[in-house]
Order: sequence, then structure tokens, then C-alpha cells
Amino acid sequence: MSDTLTLPTRRDEDYRYSDLAALETLWPIAPEEIHVAAGSEASLQVVLDGEAPVARHLVITLEKGAKYDLRVLSAGPVYGRFALDVRLGEGADFTFGAAQLATGSENLEIVTKVVHAEENATSAQIVRTVLSEKAVGTYLGCIGVERGADGTDAEQSVRAMLLDRTATANAKPELEIFADDVKAAHGCAVGELDAEGLFYLMSRGLPPADAKRLMLQAFIAEAFSGAPESDELNAAAQARLEAILG
Amino acid sequence: MLKIENLQAKVADKPILKGLSLEINPGEIHAIMGPNGAGKSTLGYTLGGRPGYKVTGGSATFNGADLLELEPHERAAAGLFLGFQYPVEIPGVSFVQFLREAANAQRKGRGEEPYSGGEFLKLAKEKAGLLKMDMDMLKRPVNVGFSGGEKKRAEMVQMGVLDPKLAILDETDSGLDIDALRICGEGINSIMRHKDKAVLLITHYQRLLDYVKPDYVHILSAGRIVKSGGPELALRLEDEGYEAVVHETAA
Repeated sequence: MSDTLTLPTRRDEDYRYSDLAALETLWPIAPEEIHVAAGSEASLQVVLDGEAPVARHLVITLEKGAKYDLRVLSAGPVYGRFALDVRLGEGADFTFGAAQLATGSENLEIVTKVVHAEENATSAQIVRTVLSEKAVGTYLGCIGVERGADGTDAEQSVRAMLLDRTATANAKPELEIFADDVKAAHGCAVGELDAEGLFYLMSRGLPPADAKRLMLQAFIAEAFSGAPESDELNAAAQARLEAILG
Repeated sequence: MLKIENLQAKVADKPILKGLSLEINPGEIHAIMGPNGAGKSTLGYTLGGRPGYKVTGGSATFNGADLLELEPHERAAAGLFLGFQYPVEIPGVSFVQFLREAANAQRKGRGEEPYSGGEFLKLAKEKAGLLKMDMDMLKRPVNVGFSGGEKKRAEMVQMGVLDPKLAILDETDSGLDIDALRICGEGINSIMRHKDKAVLLITHYQRLLDYVKPDYVHILSAGRIVKSGGPELALRLEDEGYEAVVHETAA
């Protein structure tokens, strides 16, 4: 792209919900290239837990039969952006699990573009967002299946939990499919904690904040299930949850 | 232990409890029976503090404290246990983790030392054994994938671990087969039959009362207790039906 040095505006779909003032201080975002060679496996976990604004852009290429497992926990920045461009070769396998936890007037976003360029690649994305007070959490996720990429299996599961009615969740799952034999499943939901479950936990003696934390821990853990370092991610998420719930 | 006076409560603006009075002393087992819609579950939920159950009059005093002023978790810490007719499934939350946190939250509320991991597991194992439940089941998410009978037995395991002073058991017998009914009945006796504890059984049927013999039986109809008696009242109900017994009272 030729315009990577120009600061985006609201008109740019990928930046529609961004904190543009914070983005300006981070601009331009240098793409970080990751190349996974044919037949090899790799994994990465990223924890964005400082308060300062942060923006990352990963560009990942998976060669034939390569496997990559990426997990992201965004919990702390006043503005946190995590953008992802992934290109999958034949039979490649990509797993993305992410959780965003925000409170106050924090703004967190995940923007993904996962392209199945060749046959029989699989990708799974699971994103869990927890928002309180006036926080904003966004997921913009596009799955592209190129011509000839038959046998594609792409999954997207996106859920956001609002702890206060003043918080905002934006979610835009997108599919662009130019092949015939494709399995693409996507689910997207924004909701509140199950009141019946909360009462059940409280009736056993758990104070409201602990009952909420237990349910939210389970909700977030879905994003880190199967990760090589899931315990570490879950512990970091729990610490942030405790701070958010007070 | 529990004194309910002229309790009135609404659910979604509809009056359900219309002046219910009941006194339960330590060492007593009471059964409340009544037709569908009489307000039995509403009584349990109102005493448990479920959101949406609005008290519009009367009082409920539990060991000297105003029960209705307390939050649900505070009622639990004060020694109240509510057994659910439909125990809630909570995906992803491990049963043992939840139960340990709940037990320790209650202990903290009472100024007691928390259970260590080892102490807790020993206690949970003992209570699970009492209810003939496999410990492996309790490592699963709360009530998820449990059969109706397993859910009710898991409720009794929770009651055993939490060791309440008063248990209000809402249709613990519904959905149980004959063996599970006996196991739950024996569990209730073993956990709650004690001179310092009390039980309020909410049920439709006599059959649970064969195992857990009540000292008092009350008939709830249209939001009030219309008749009270001993265990023989439950047997009469079983023979003659609610309508006959309730009408005789009204006459």
C-alpha cells in the first residue's frame, strides 16, 4: 500500500473505531513480519498490559503445511490496537485466540485479515472481549478465500460481554469467498453475564465481584484453550479482571 | 431460627406471597406442600434473595438478623442454603473451584480461616461419597452435562460442604429416580438432622417425606399457609388431594 504513511481517518474501515488521537502518537505502525517455513510449527503469545497506548501490526506468512498458534491478551492500555495480516499456503493451519479486557474510557481493538491463498488450509479465530464503564472494544475480522483455495476450513467465534450498559462493543466479521468448496463458520454475539448463573453462585456465598470474576474467567479462558502457555495468559487475565471488578 | 411474619412478595408486579407466616426452630424439619402456582418456589427464592422477587410487606428474621436486608451471599454466610429446583449450568467454571471459593468466602464472612486445598478436597470427597457421587464429576464445569439426578445430588454435596444452619430445599425430589431419591433423602438426614440445624422442604409429593420425616407439614395455597399439621397431613394430602384438604379448611 502506498498510503501507509498517511494517518488514517474515520473513513478508513479498519480505523473506524480507533482512538485517532492516540493513534497519531503511534503512527506509522511498523509491520512486523513473521515467516513460518513449509512444514514447520511456531507459536507466539503477546500480552499488552502496560497503560501506555500501543499498536502492533503482524504480517504472517504460512508456507505449505506450516502451523502457527498466536494468542493475544490486551489488558491495560488506554488505547491498544492489534492488527493481523495472515496468508495461508496449502494445508497450513492458523490458530488465533485473543482476549481484550477494558474499563474506564479505554479503547481496544483487534483487526484481522486471514487469507486462505491455497487449498486445504485451516484457520480458527476466537476473540473474547470484556468491557466495563465507558470502554470500547472492537473486532474487525475478515476471512478471505482466494480462487482455487478449495478445501478451506475457516472458523471465527467472536463474543463480547458488557458489564455496564455504557460500554461499547463493535464487531464486524466478514467473509470474502472466491472458491467453491469452503467451510466457513462464524458466530458473533454481544451480551451480558447470565443473571441466573450469577444468583446461583452468590446464593452459595460468593460476593458479586467474585461471582462475576469466576464467570468471566471461564469466558476468557475459551480464547486461550489449547495454548502452550495458557496458564500464564489466564493468570494475567485474572489479575486484570480483579482490577476491573474492584 | 427463622421467623416469617405476614410475608408478601411480588414477581414481575404480580403478588404471589400474600401474608405468609411460619416459624422454624432449631432441630425441626418442616415441609411445605401445595399445588402448582401456590407460591412454593417464590417463597424459596424470596428467602434466598433472588433479584426480581420484591418483598412488599412483612418480615423474615433469621437468627435475630433481618434476612430481607441481606445480599444473597450474606444470607449464605449467615447460614442459609437454598437448594435449587433447577440447578444452573455454568459452562467453564469448575465445580470444585467454585465450591471451594464459595466455602472460603463464607468462612471469611464469618471470620474463620479458609480451607487449604487439601482440607477442602478431603471434605468434598467425604460429602461426595455420602451422595454416591464420583469426585471426577465434580472436576467438571458446574452442573454441565449432569443428569437431573446428578444435579440434585451435586446440590446436596454443596450443602454438605457449606454446612448451613438452615436449608431450604426447593423440590429436591423432582426429577429423581427411586434410588437417587433415597440417596438424597439419606444425604439430607445425615447433613442436616441435628439439634442446631433446620430444614424447610418444598415439595409436591409425600415420597421424599418417607425418607426425611418432617416434624411439621404446611399446606401453601394462593400465597398463604392455609393448614399446618404433623406428618400425617402429608399422607392425607396424598390420599385425598390438595383440593379436598384445602377446601375443608376454607369451609
